[in-house]
Amino acid sequence: MWIYEKKLQYPVRVSTCNPKLAKYLIEQYGGADGELAAALRYLNQRYSIPDKVIGLLTDIGTEELAHLEMIATMVYKLTKDATPEQLKEAGLDAHYVNHDRALFYHNAAGVPWTATYIQAKGDPIADLYEDIAAEEKARATYQWIINMSDDPDLNDGLRFLREREIIHAQRFREAVEILKEERDRKKFF
Amino acid sequence: MKQMPKEYYELLEKLQAVDFALVELTLYLDTHPNDYQAIQQFNQLAQQRKHLKKQYETAYGPLQQYGNSYSNYPWNWNDTPWPWQV
Repeated sequence: MWIYEKKLQYPVRVSTCNPKLAKYLIEQYGGADGELAAALRYLNQRYSIPDKVIGLLTDIGTEELAHLEMIATMVYKLTKDATPEQLKEAGLDAHYVNHDRALFYHNAAGVPWTATYIQAKGDPIADLYEDIAAEEKARATYQWIINMSDDPDLNDGLRFLREREIIHAQRFREAVEILKEERDRKKFF
Repeated sequence: MKQMPKEYYELLEKLQAVDFALVELTLYLDTHPNDYQAIQQFNQLAQQRKHLKKQYETAYGPLQQYGNSYSNYPWNWNDTPWPWQV
């Protein structure tokens, strides 16, 4: 089971109301390489992966849920005081019509999240390679968002998230090596 | 946004800092289970974390529920601020 903790993993601050940045950030909420996709991808792969890496998938999957909450907090803080006019200017008019200021799992272009963003091949090496690629893509996305952002407070949180992607990718690479070592030691039938 | 005292942010950040080290060590130990020094550091931080949790909860209410934290009277789990409100 999971137990919620009433705090963010890392402080989230924003300098000003800025719905345009929220529009970019939503990519990491409901996009293909976003935090929701990451959490669901890893937590779902756990059941059929070799025992040696179940702990890692559990722990990284759980951390992704904490990142999802950080992104949600960023989007919430960037939009909560925005007028409909400001939302329209930021290109969030269609979002506003459908959701007001509620968050929704879609990407920066408004495409709703879909399970087809994640894979579960049942082949441990294939699954872990997908995970490494997902982390690298998420890292790149954070960099593109930082490049688009002029909010130093927001960027502090985004840099933290970008660094976490690097660590996760590193740990997944080590998991691949652990499985290869096991494979080479074991006899297969 | 709920305005919380300066001490709230300081204590919260202390907790976040220790928790970050614990998350980082957890992931590291998942792939390096035989690193004795890292496990020692992990257990030390886990103990430090326990004290910080107690300190934080005494001042600002429960961090977790389902019985992982104590409750005041009346039930204070629902009290603001939630994490995105500070």
